[in-house]
Amino acid sequence: MSEVSMSVNGREVSATVEGRTLLVHFLREHLGLTGTHVGCDTSQCGACVVHVDGKAVKSCSMLAAQAAGSQITTIEGLADGNDLHPVQAAFKEHHGLQCGFCTPGMIMAATDMIERHGPGNLDEATVRAELEGNICRCTGYHNIVKAILAASKTMAKGKGKAKKAA
Amino acid sequence: MGVEGIGARVARKEDKRFITGGGRYVDDMVVPGMKHAAFVRSPHAHADIKKIDVKAAKKMPGVIDVLVGKELKTDGIGNLICGWMVHSKDGSPMNMGAWSPLAVDRVRYVGDAVAIVVAETKGQARDAAEAVEVTYKEKKAVTDTVSALKKGAPQLHPEAPGNLIYDWEIGEAEATDKAIAAAHHVTTLQIVNNRLVPNAMEPRAALGHYDKAEDHYTCWTTSQNPHVARLVMSAFYNVAPENKLRVIAPDVGGGFGSKIFIYPEEIVCLWASKRTGVPVKWVADRTESFLTDAHGRDHVTEVKLAFDADNKMTAMKVDTIANFGAYMSLFSSSVPTYLYATLLSGQYNIPAIHCNVRAVYTNTAPVDAYRGAGRPEATYVVERVVETAARELGMSPAELRRRNFITEFPHQTPVIMNYDAGDYAASLDAAMKAADYAGFEKRREQAKKAGKLRGIGMSCYIEACGIAPSAAVGSLGAGVGLWESAEVRVNGVGTIEVLTGSHSHGQGHETTFSQLVADRFGVPLDSVSIVHGDTDKVQMGMGTYGSRSGAVGMSAIVKALDKVEAKAKKIAAHLMEADEGDIVIENGELKVAGTDKTVPWFQMALAAYTAHNLPEGMEPGLKEGAFYDPANFTFPAGCYICEVEVDPETGRTEIVQFVAADDFGNIINPMIVEGQVHGGIAQGVGQALLEGCHYDDNGQLITASYMDYCMPRADDLPSFQVSTSNTPCPSNPLGIKGCGEAGAIGSPPAVINAITDAIGNNDLTMPATAQKVWSILNAAKH
Repeated sequence: MSEVSMSVNGREVSATVEGRTLLVHFLREHLGLTGTHVGCDTSQCGACVVHVDGKAVKSCSMLAAQAAGSQITTIEGLADGNDLHPVQAAFKEHHGLQCGFCTPGMIMAATDMIERHGPGNLDEATVRAELEGNICRCTGYHNIVKAILAASKTMAKGKGKAKKAA
Repeated sequence: MGVEGIGARVARKEDKRFITGGGRYVDDMVVPGMKHAAFVRSPHAHADIKKIDVKAAKKMPGVIDVLVGKELKTDGIGNLICGWMVHSKDGSPMNMGAWSPLAVDRVRYVGDAVAIVVAETKGQARDAAEAVEVTYKEKKAVTDTVSALKKGAPQLHPEAPGNLIYDWEIGEAEATDKAIAAAHHVTTLQIVNNRLVPNAMEPRAALGHYDKAEDHYTCWTTSQNPHVARLVMSAFYNVAPENKLRVIAPDVGGGFGSKIFIYPEEIVCLWASKRTGVPVKWVADRTESFLTDAHGRDHVTEVKLAFDADNKMTAMKVDTIANFGAYMSLFSSSVPTYLYATLLSGQYNIPAIHCNVRAVYTNTAPVDAYRGAGRPEATYVVERVVETAARELGMSPAELRRRNFITEFPHQTPVIMNYDAGDYAASLDAAMKAADYAGFEKRREQAKKAGKLRGIGMSCYIEACGIAPSAAVGSLGAGVGLWESAEVRVNGVGTIEVLTGSHSHGQGHETTFSQLVADRFGVPLDSVSIVHGDTDKVQMGMGTYGSRSGAVGMSAIVKALDKVEAKAKKIAAHLMEADEGDIVIENGELKVAGTDKTVPWFQMALAAYTAHNLPEGMEPGLKEGAFYDPANFTFPAGCYICEVEVDPETGRTEIVQFVAADDFGNIINPMIVEGQVHGGIAQGVGQALLEGCHYDDNGQLITASYMDYCMPRADDLPSFQVSTSNTPCPSNPLGIKGCGEAGAIGSPPAVINAITDAIGNNDLTMPATAQKVWSILNAAKH
């Protein structure tokens, strides 16, 4: 067992966990943050993407202990109160989700993607290439790509910058 | 249409929770005292169980109990069943082998459940599952569809000699053979429809909770049809009588058919909860899903299509072997028969059709409905053979199709179905225009200059949705009726709850069903709530599959709304001292037509519940229920055109254009319909290019993770051009046909027709991987 402490969505948390506990299980089972999902065993599907110190990370590929001292943002912490993050708003507006299971990981990956390339700097080919690590079975990606491009444009206009882990 | 009514492109009401992490899936559920389960599964495809030793496992840390099949049998839990009786052509009933939720003396596929371990944590349950010692005596396995029927093949079930489940036929054999013998031209094609794994992104899960004090069970499960799950678990598996069993399917992360069926795990979790006295949760990991979710397709077929001298179709003969895996899953028998062979007429006037289907057992995971279920297989047969015939006859594929289109409705095919409405030429024209079909040869030339092989392929599909008239399917062997139920509750403040037996697992019912109500009464969308997925809340329902939620589920809501409207008008007429025939409902008000007298909707509702001033003899309240049993199937149809570029250096196919022109009847929300088509096409393109489920000769599934099974990713697909040209369905009140499966049904032949056109070789099986295409191109060189 090991003691881990980190900041999750701006809140300091600590717990004693088995050494083998993955970050995703720590978030889901110890903190009750069930918005982050597990869709595969091999770090392929991306349903578990969260931000660790501002970077998109598959939380199934990291031990909770490795995230000690880090600042974590999950899908639950992305919106600013009742104001949706522009990526969240774009997914809704452009029907970028159906069953919703891959959606948190998609949104967290997309937010990071837009930040890395700089808002407004994405094109369809780049978005499709960058989404290689996130699998969706419902949408055929068509509207996810559309939503990310739209959010990228919105963010370029300065309507809400991606919230970095506080 | 208002801004929120029928036909409006309304953003989804359910999205808020999904985009903020507030979705509630089975794995998110926590019940006080809940423990975790892991299943011990067979590592062998075929073996006798000699001994199961659980002693060491029971002593492992955190273990509460380890339970095996013998104990399950002692407690009277029944075997799993297939709920659709199909008879062989000699009149004998299908040969169904026994399927125990936990195997007792024989395992028949890798992943067959043998024992359940319940422990304090998931990790402890898995550790202990590893410590269960099962002694197996291995037997020879058969996994291949055709080999299962061969003499000397390993035998799976004593009930099914020769591994044959049924040998079934439809249509007129003699007339078909005669027409083929007399034909001017006959095109023959061998076809393999590759086995697929559905892969909903949410793995299957079950949480069983037995309440000893109430002698009552609750099951949270990843189901597309919780009421059917309750019915079947009660009537056949002896888990508990229906009144003692509540089944809840909360947010479900995709289904695609694979979550229709009742699996061993939910039965065993409920039973284990009673045995152990604790709530038991099981969540599949992805490899477990690959091993045990019902797979799809897996047909081997020969087809002959006959033409007269005018290139008019005269007959089609089809011989199919369908792989059912190790056990007959809940609706498996219906898929390669009534959902497949009845669609073999396609969009064409074919005077004679005969189809023979043999279903076989193999040492593989059970096979059942997967998005489209039988109709993709039929469409693939028809549209591949038609395209091949066009090439052989030297005729444009579009014109050969057009010449043979059914143009008059209703049209009775030789294989049961009676098409009620459609305009196939309209879809073909729309698709050809959108794809700039006429300009293709120029594009092919340009591609050639760049060293690429460009090809174009089309597919004109038809399918049957709105499943289904209960008496009709009953006469064909279905064990259930396929109606739907709805209840509309108008509250005292005028807000409305719609309880439906349909289940949304991505389809957006909370939005489209609300649009229906908003359209009818002119009330805001937000004042309508949709309740589904809980047998304690919704009286009964048949669930969501076969694109039936619109055509059947919403029709039930319409019937209930009719009753609500009639009573609301009576109340309003009484309040305004008018004739009920003069009352109209507009913009949330009940008005006396031609006057300025109005009663707001909420005031009428309040009057219904205060009951201070109702018409004499009227019961208080405003709540109505209805059941809707469809009069016919519905027949969505369309034309898909795919254009590809193949790189001869690598064999890789790029889809450069994909056009879909569909006829779905009337549409409630075009945004949601487009989303359904996009997703369906992606699955169809996945089948055609990427996805292939593969067992080795020993029955090991060698495509059991996302490292090995190629799921379509964003960079494998283009953006799609989708449109509709609709003819309303005459058989249901909303004129809806259904759109959930079309994309997966229509797209595989379009893709393969395009690639075979590009490479000039018709001998290509799905998935058309780069390796496969490269090999064909390079074999041709030598």
